[in-house]
Amino acid sequence: MAEAVPFGAESLAGGRARAARRVLDQVVLPGEELLLPEQEDVEGPGGAGERPLRLNAGARSRLRVVCGPGLRRCGDRLLVTKCGRLRHKDPGSGSSGGVYWVDSQQKRYVPVKGDHVIGIVTAKSGDIFKVDVGGSEPASLSYLAFEGATKRNRPNVQVGDLIYGQFVVANKDMEPEMVCIDSCGRANGMGVIGHDGLLFKVTLGLIRKLLAPDCEIIQEVGKLYPLEIVFGMNGRIWVKAKTIQQTLILANILEACEHMTADQRKQIFARLAES
Amino acid sequence: MAAECKTKLSMLRMKFMQRGLDSETKKQLEEEEEKIISEEHWYLDLSELKEKESVTIEEQSFLLWEDLLYGRISFRGFNPKVEKLMLQMNAKSKVEEENKVKVVKCDVSDEEMARRYKTLVETIGKSLPRRETMPITKEDGNGDIKPFKTKKMFLKFQD
Repeated sequence: MAEAVPFGAESLAGGRARAARRVLDQVVLPGEELLLPEQEDVEGPGGAGERPLRLNAGARSRLRVVCGPGLRRCGDRLLVTKCGRLRHKDPGSGSSGGVYWVDSQQKRYVPVKGDHVIGIVTAKSGDIFKVDVGGSEPASLSYLAFEGATKRNRPNVQVGDLIYGQFVVANKDMEPEMVCIDSCGRANGMGVIGHDGLLFKVTLGLIRKLLAPDCEIIQEVGKLYPLEIVFGMNGRIWVKAKTIQQTLILANILEACEHMTADQRKQIFARLAES
Repeated sequence: MAAECKTKLSMLRMKFMQRGLDSETKKQLEEEEEKIISEEHWYLDLSELKEKESVTIEEQSFLLWEDLLYGRISFRGFNPKVEKLMLQMNAKSKVEEENKVKVVKCDVSDEEMARRYKTLVETIGKSLPRRETMPITKEDGNGDIKPFKTKKMFLKFQD
């Protein structure tokens, strides 16, 4: 992160829990405890001062708060487990109190249910394929989990093929399972990714940054030449362009844009557009 | 002989004893059975646990909170299927967000359509042979004029 971030030193030294609302978009470290908005009133202004009188102390208004990645519930508070910036999203409607999560950066992927990933087929055994997704275990993919696949009509998948699919089962107790169809039975772009092209690995945070709705990098890249990109949430990107040189340029740009500032990026794109 | 022998509860429950019982003993029997059943039930004292229950949910997926675009991207017609999918999937997520009813743009406006349809129905109706319309009145045997009951048939909505 290039910009300097304000960091309250007194809260670290004191060890008191900070209110989650005040720490938004600031760096949090693992081990910190955060207070939810409803509990700030209980702690009281000043702590040792007077406590507000309550008519019925038992019935506290409970807001349903979701804690996303990087946070964990610890008693009544949220415990931070990853270092990064704290983010919050208000719910559009409903009674839930919103989502808090930590925007962290890492290279190692842990399978999560619902994520779309790029996997490499490593083995074919009986009715299932073993697909390496970069996690601790290879995921299993049944041959019936492709669009239009039946027992007689098997999909044409060989060892070494690239697969774009999503997880249906992904927890720490079981082997992850993935499929290449959605709940309606349609492929929606999932399945075997075509031949040629280049697969390379980047950090997980970069993938999320590139897939954000207002990302300028992708739009600028699209103006260079015709190309195709597939992003896997496990840090893998597959690119393809008309010539090998264009493909390599594209791969280099995507790998490097993580550490470049906006100005440097614009310079490089201008230079590429000229040549 | 006059003394009633006290029969066991299980005996009284049997089918052949039910006829001889009168309503009072039947009620007593039922009450005793209910008492036995309710005493056997186990109840948990959940009031302590309910106090400690917290309502935070843990969710490890980024996908739900950050609106990310669809993972396959194609530019300048390199892969037309992927470009079509991009429009579909990104539009789907936008529609779910906004939840607005969009007016579908069509070539022909609604008024034009209504006008054309009306004229079309009339012309086609004229070209088909018409059935003879039924008489409204009928003469009775005596010579009295009675109103003729119109036969029940499908009535079309008059626009």
